[in-house]
Amino acid sequence: MRGLHFKYQCEKKTIYIGPGELIVGERGPFPKSVSTYPELNCHSVEDLEILNSRRMTSFGVSPETIEVHSKKIIPYWETRCMRAKVFSNIPREWKDYYEAGAFTEFMEQRAPGHTTLDGIIYRKGMLDFKREIAESLAGLDYLNDPEATEKAEELKGMDASCDAAIIFAERHAELAEKMAHAEKDEARKKELLKIADVCRWVPAHAPRDLWEALQMYWFVHLGTITELNGWDAMNPGHLDQHLLPFYEKGLAGGTLTREQAQELISCLWIKFNNHPAPPKVGVTAAESGTYNDFTNINLGGLKSDGSDGVNEVSFIILEVIDDLHLLQPQANIQLSRKTPDHFLKAACRVIRKGYGYPSVFNADAVVTEQVRMGKTVEDAREGGCSGCIETGCFGKEAYVLTGYLNVPKALELALNDSTDPLSGKRIGLKTGDPRAFADFEELYEAFEKQLRHVIDLKIRVNNYIERMFADFAPATFLSVVIRDCIRNGKDYYNGGPRYNTNYIQCVGIGTITDSLSALKKHVFEDKTFTMDRLLNALRANFQNEEALRLTLVNKTPAFGNDDDYADSIMQRVYATLFDAIDGKPNTKGTEYHLDMLSTTCHIYFGKKLGAAPNGRFAHLPESDGTSPSHGADRRGPTAVIRSLSKMDQLKSGGTLLNQKFLPSVLAGEEGLDKMVSLIRTYFRLDGHHIQFNVVDAETLRDAQKNPDNYRDLLVRVAGYSDYFVDLDIYHQEEIIARTAQGGF
Amino acid sequence: MITDEESCRHCFACTDVCPADAREIIGRRMTVGEVMAEVKKDVPFYDESGGGVTFSGGEPLAQPEFLLELLDACGRIDLHGTVDTSGYAKKEILLQVADKTDLFLYDLKHMDPDLHLQYTGVGNEVILDNLKALSCRDVAFRVRFPLIPGINDDPKNVESMAAFLQKLHRVCSIDILPYHDVATSKYQRFGYTYRLAGVRAPDAARLQEVAATLSSHGLCVTIGGTDHEPANSQSQKSEPRSQAVHIP
Repeated sequence: MRGLHFKYQCEKKTIYIGPGELIVGERGPFPKSVSTYPELNCHSVEDLEILNSRRMTSFGVSPETIEVHSKKIIPYWETRCMRAKVFSNIPREWKDYYEAGAFTEFMEQRAPGHTTLDGIIYRKGMLDFKREIAESLAGLDYLNDPEATEKAEELKGMDASCDAAIIFAERHAELAEKMAHAEKDEARKKELLKIADVCRWVPAHAPRDLWEALQMYWFVHLGTITELNGWDAMNPGHLDQHLLPFYEKGLAGGTLTREQAQELISCLWIKFNNHPAPPKVGVTAAESGTYNDFTNINLGGLKSDGSDGVNEVSFIILEVIDDLHLLQPQANIQLSRKTPDHFLKAACRVIRKGYGYPSVFNADAVVTEQVRMGKTVEDAREGGCSGCIETGCFGKEAYVLTGYLNVPKALELALNDSTDPLSGKRIGLKTGDPRAFADFEELYEAFEKQLRHVIDLKIRVNNYIERMFADFAPATFLSVVIRDCIRNGKDYYNGGPRYNTNYIQCVGIGTITDSLSALKKHVFEDKTFTMDRLLNALRANFQNEEALRLTLVNKTPAFGNDDDYADSIMQRVYATLFDAIDGKPNTKGTEYHLDMLSTTCHIYFGKKLGAAPNGRFAHLPESDGTSPSHGADRRGPTAVIRSLSKMDQLKSGGTLLNQKFLPSVLAGEEGLDKMVSLIRTYFRLDGHHIQFNVVDAETLRDAQKNPDNYRDLLVRVAGYSDYFVDLDIYHQEEIIARTAQGGF
Repeated sequence: MITDEESCRHCFACTDVCPADAREIIGRRMTVGEVMAEVKKDVPFYDESGGGVTFSGGEPLAQPEFLLELLDACGRIDLHGTVDTSGYAKKEILLQVADKTDLFLYDLKHMDPDLHLQYTGVGNEVILDNLKALSCRDVAFRVRFPLIPGINDDPKNVESMAAFLQKLHRVCSIDILPYHDVATSKYQRFGYTYRLAGVRAPDAARLQEVAATLSSHGLCVTIGGTDHEPANSQSQKSEPRSQAVHIP
C-alpha cells in the first residue's frame, strides 16, 4: 500500500526545475518547501500557526494551506494518524515521564529515518533492483515460510516504489524537454536537453558518468525523504569514494574537467541546502530546533579492503564546502591512522574558517565500535558516522535513533523520592527519603534505580512504536536500496537490513557527573552542609544561598579537568547506562546501544530540570554532547581530552566533543600543526569525534558581558594562551579588535 | 572578604573559604614527584607533537638542585626539556644544567653594561660571558630579545647585539619578542608602580627594521618566537612545542 502511495505521489505531485539548475528534483513544488505527513503526525491549526509565526525555524504557511488542513485533513487524520494511534495505546506512566522531560521519542512525530547509503546505486539501477525483487518473489516458499505472504506484499510494495522513482524521473525529462524547446539561450538549451537525457537514464539504470551519478543519488535521496518524514535525511556516505570512478573516467575520456566536476558537485550541495527538515512542533522542535536535516557527508575514511579512502574527489569536495559554506549539507572527515596528514591539514584549513564543519571522526574507532556490535570488518569499514555522530554500516543497516534520555532528571527524581519538582506530580519509583541516605552509595543506588526504570520504560514503549511503523508505515522505497531487504523480503523497519540497531542518546553526562561529585564531596565526605540544607537550596533555586551555590560551582571536582575524583564518577554513570541499555533486545531480533549526544536537547531537558547540585540554576541548559558542563573545564583543552578519553568510547555508538577556539590560536602553519596534533592525540586515546568552533568578535563581546558562559574560551595573548574571561578589560578589547579585523 | 595588610600572616586559609574562588594562591611548593605527575598527564600530546617541558619563571637557575632533578626525571622518560633563563647565574651551574638540557631560551636585553644595570638592576657581563660558554657546548639555544621601544631598540644596541652574536662559536637563532604591557595588572595587584606606563608596543615596521639588521649579520630571526610571522625565509619549525612549568 505504501508503495502505491509513493507511486501516486510521484505521478501526481508538482515538479519543478529551477533556472540554471543542473541537478534537478524537489521534494515539494519548489525549493525549501516541505510537506506534512498527516497520516503520521497530524498538525493542528494551532501548530501550523505557530510554525508560521515563530521566530526560530519558522515555516511560511499560507492561509490556503491552513484552510485545507482545517476543512479536510484534520477532520480525517486527527484521530487516525500514527501519532494518535500510538499515543492512545501508551501507558500513563510513559506519558508522565515524557511530559516531565525524562526522555524524548523521535517516532512520535517522524518516521524512524536516517540512514546512509553505500555504493550500490552507482552500480545498479531501479530496473536491476526490480529484477532482484522478482527473483526474491519467485523464491518465496509459501508452504514452509509463515511470513511468505507478508514478504510478497512488501516486495510488491518495493517494486511499485521502483516504478515510482522511474516515473518521477521521466516526468522531469519531459519537463526539461519542454523547457528546452522554449529556451532562447543556446547554452541553457543544451543543458536542459542533457538534463532530459540524464533523467531518462537514471534512476532506471546505473549511472555512466559523474552527472548521472549525482542525479541518481539525488533522486534516491528525494525518494527516501518523500515517502515518509524520516527523522534526519538520507546521507550519501563516502561520496568521494563513490564518485571517484566517474571522475577518473571523465578525465581520461576528455569529457570532464576538474572545474566541471566541482561545479556539478556544487549543484548537488545547493539541492541539499534547499531541503529543510520537515516542520517539527512541540518537544520534537525543542530537541532539534533547526532547519538542518542532518545530511552529513563523509570524506576520507577507509575502503572495505582497509586501505586509505582519500582521493582527488575528497579534495574537490573540501573546496566545494569551503567555497559554498552553506547551512546544509554537513560534512565530516573520517580520520584513520592511514589517512595522510596533508589531507587532515587541508581539512583543518577549512575547519578554522569557522563554518562549524567539517567535523572529524575517528575511522579506526568507528570500525572497532561496529565490530564489537557484531559486524564484519569489511562492512564496518564501509560504515562510518552520520547525522550528528551516530555510527552505522552504510548501505546495510537500520540504525535508528529512538530519542534522548535526560540523565540528570533521574537524579532529580531520586532526590525528590519520585516527585517531579516542576509539576509536583509523582512519577515512577519511590526510592526513599534522600535525607536518610547514610552514604554516597545509598544515593547512587537510588539514582541508578530511577535511571534503569526510565530506560526500561522507554525501551518497552519504543519497541511498541517500532512495530506500529513496521506494520503501518513501512519504507518500501528505502528498503530497495538498503541491503539485505530485497533478499529477506522484509522492510527496512521490520528487520530487513543486514544489521539493525536502536540507539538511545544519553544527555547531560557533564551535569550528572558534577552533581554527583558535589553530593559526594560536600554532603557525604566533607559534610560542608547537610542534605537537607542542599535540598532546600535546590528547591528555592539557590535564593539566599549564593555562597552555597558558589561552593558547589567552584569547590567541586568537575568532569573535564583530568581529575580522577570526578572522572571516576563519570565512568561509573557511563557503566550504569551501558549496562542498562547495551544489549537490550529490540523487536527485530537485535539490540539497543547507546550514544552520548544531545543535539539541542540539552536545552529542552534543561528547561525541564530544576536547580542541580552542581550549582546550575533551574531551567538553564544541561551540559551538551559529551562535553563538560559549561564553564566547568578550567584546565585547558588537553585536560578536557584526557577526561573524555577516560570514557570507554569504543563501547558506544558515538560521542560528541565541541572545542572552542579563537582564530589566533589556530593561526598560521603552527596553528595547523597544533590542530593536527590535538586531533591525532585524542584519536590515539580512542576518542570518537571532535569538532571545532572558531569564535568571532560578537561572541567575545558576549563573553565580556556573561563571563560565566565562557569560562572555557581560550585565547592567544602574546606567546601564550589564557582564558579570555581571566584577562583584564584592556586585553579583552585588544583581542576583540584583532578578531573583528578577521586578521590572524 | 577584606584583608588587613598589616596583620595578614599569609596563612592562605581565606583562599579555601572564598566560595567564588576570587582569592587564589599563586604558586605552591611541590616535590619533583608532584611536578612530574602533572607533566606526565600530557605525555600523549608530547608523543604526538614532538613537544616537551619548558622550565621558566622567575629564574629556574635560582633553584638549581630542583631543576637538575626535574631535568633528570624528564630524561628518564625521554621527554624534551627546555630552560628559559636570563642567563644571570654562576657559570658552573649553567653548564651543569646545560648537560641535561635539550634547548635554552636565553634572554638578551641590553648590550651596554650601564644601561643594563639601570634597567634590570644587574650588569650584563656575567650574562654575555655565560652565553659565550654555552655556545661552545653541544646544547641548542635560541636568543630571546624583548624589544622595548625607547629602551633597547636603538640602532646602536641592535648592531652591538648582532655583532656579538655573530662572533659566537655557533650561528644562532634570535627571536624578537615585541613588548606588551600584560604585566601592568600584575604590578597593580602587588601594589607596585608600573614604570613603563606610556611605552607602546613596537609597530610592524619597526620590528621588520630590527629583524633586517639582525639577519644581515647572518642570524636566523623570527618575530614573536613563532614561525607564522617569519622575518626571513630561514626560520624553521624545528623547535618542539613545550608545556610551561613556571618556577618562581
